[in-house]
Amino acid sequence: MTWIDLVILVVKCIVLSLAATAVFAYFTLFERRTLARLQNRMGPNRAGPGGLLQPLADAVKLFFKEDVTPLMADRWVYLVSPTFALIPAIIIWATIPVGMWPDGQGGNWLQLAEINVGVLYLLAVMSVGVYGITVAGWASNNKYSMLGGIRASAQVISYELALGLTVLGAVMQAQSFSTAVIVERQAQMWNIVPQFLGFVVFIIAATAEVVRAPFDLVEAEQELVGGYNTEYSSMKFALFFMSEYVKLVAMNAIAVTLFLGGWQFPGLQTLTLFVTQQYGAAVGNAVLGLTSLGAFLLKVLALSFVSVWIRATLPRVRYDQLMNLGWKVLLPLSLINVAITAVLNVLLPDAPTLTAIISLVVGVIILAVTANVGRPGKEKRTVKLVEIGL
Amino acid sequence: MNTLITVLFLIFAAIILASAIMTVTVKNIVHAALWLISSFFGVGALYLLMEAEFLGVAQVLIYVGAVSILILFAIMLTRDLEGSQNRQLTPRWWIALIVPAALFSLLIVPTVMTHAWQLPPPPPAGQPPAISGAQQIGAAFMREYLLPFEVAAILLTVAMIGAIVVAFEERERRRRVLTLAEQVRLRQRQQQRQQPAPRPEPAATAVQPSEATGSET
Repeated sequence: MTWIDLVILVVKCIVLSLAATAVFAYFTLFERRTLARLQNRMGPNRAGPGGLLQPLADAVKLFFKEDVTPLMADRWVYLVSPTFALIPAIIIWATIPVGMWPDGQGGNWLQLAEINVGVLYLLAVMSVGVYGITVAGWASNNKYSMLGGIRASAQVISYELALGLTVLGAVMQAQSFSTAVIVERQAQMWNIVPQFLGFVVFIIAATAEVVRAPFDLVEAEQELVGGYNTEYSSMKFALFFMSEYVKLVAMNAIAVTLFLGGWQFPGLQTLTLFVTQQYGAAVGNAVLGLTSLGAFLLKVLALSFVSVWIRATLPRVRYDQLMNLGWKVLLPLSLINVAITAVLNVLLPDAPTLTAIISLVVGVIILAVTANVGRPGKEKRTVKLVEIGL
Repeated sequence: MNTLITVLFLIFAAIILASAIMTVTVKNIVHAALWLISSFFGVGALYLLMEAEFLGVAQVLIYVGAVSILILFAIMLTRDLEGSQNRQLTPRWWIALIVPAALFSLLIVPTVMTHAWQLPPPPPAGQPPAISGAQQIGAAFMREYLLPFEVAAILLTVAMIGAIVVAFEERERRRRVLTLAEQVRLRQRQQQRQQPAPRPEPAATAVQPSEATGSET
């Protein structure tokens, strides 16, 4: 590696981090506007045209707020934990191929690091992300924060298993841990068809993993004031806020990479071939890079809309419902998904279309059965009104 | 490049050792857990330095992501967190240092002396190493070391079942949280019992606090 490669790598890292942060800023605006639309109101529309400058205004406001450290807080841990939360959220982007712009040496400009255990890296970084929340809750020396932190650790441990097992399904489908290979193998058919069950479980578990509504017990306002970030103010609070949203978008990007074909879309190869023949390889590569990046971002936007939609639709679950769903529904479902994938891929290794159709049908049937039969707490409850003679 | 790797190794080794020492010496037990995490991270980095990506990432995934968070979880649910009154060192700490060091060196010195270290690793003659670390490890688990692998799996299952049994025993002793209707019914029954033979008031209300504390445990 020469020094010029090193410089390029550093520049790529900086660009990626800044891009993740910018995505966070405008995702908040997107979420607020969409939520407002879903709730039949306007949303922020005063700062700039259509509220486009609202994220900047928010950032300035957060910067200039007073930065308070509680007197009895564990000072160092309290100061470090926002960074603990943010760093995993940003470095998770390193192995996600956000597009395909060949650099002529077998590499890809639009993927920061191509390591052969890319998917495991994603899982590992995701699991590290909970430390920020847990430790922040402890260090604040506040019972509400502490409860939020404990809830966060329990919830993330529970849902990590289901999440890892569904990811394993996608890995088995591509027979590789590398994110680039997983995307390439989806050129014929996106993984959502053969891994439909896995995709559904992944989306639910990912929502729980980033502690977002309806699984946001970590910061349940009615119960815990603000949850783990009760004692945080100013930029430290903003870092938590940021890590939450960057993690959410990263999770959607992972879902796109693993299940929705990554940067692939039908007709991409034809288009690239055509442009390359007409205008040469460099232009062809550029067109390929830009269109694939656009397709990837469009898919991420669609999934982000779905997560905002979920937030606007579903009420927060109870704690026992959360644990029941994680351990008694999602974990068995993801195990079934792994079993189906393994059996079908060994039995019919040469017929990917047949395998995909069989597993799609089986997955839909299993999901339908689970939704109707396995609903936790379906036993009839009779409510008897009593007169309290106090 | 080689000096760079050596420097990196020394840095990581220093981080691991310093964090490990901090883990056993700091008084605050949560801080000890955090230092332990730092040490685990260092070990993961060492694996990466040896180009064992799978092991490195698995180290972070399992030890940092799962084991340590469970430790933290358990610590945070413990009543007496600080333990700042506990003494860290007894007067005979040096004996406790020497004996394990001697035992450990008994184990490690023959290994270091006699093992044929392959440094640098044997270059692939002709063909590039086609199989990555994960596949090698998987194949080894499923073929060469199948028996130890399954024994470990059974051991873990037994441990898990044991934990569940223990937890269920705890739960059976636990008193159920009463609903409002049940509380009212209970109070009515008590009042009915009181009416024929009126008892002093504190004895009747004393039932409620014990209910409450029983339901919390």
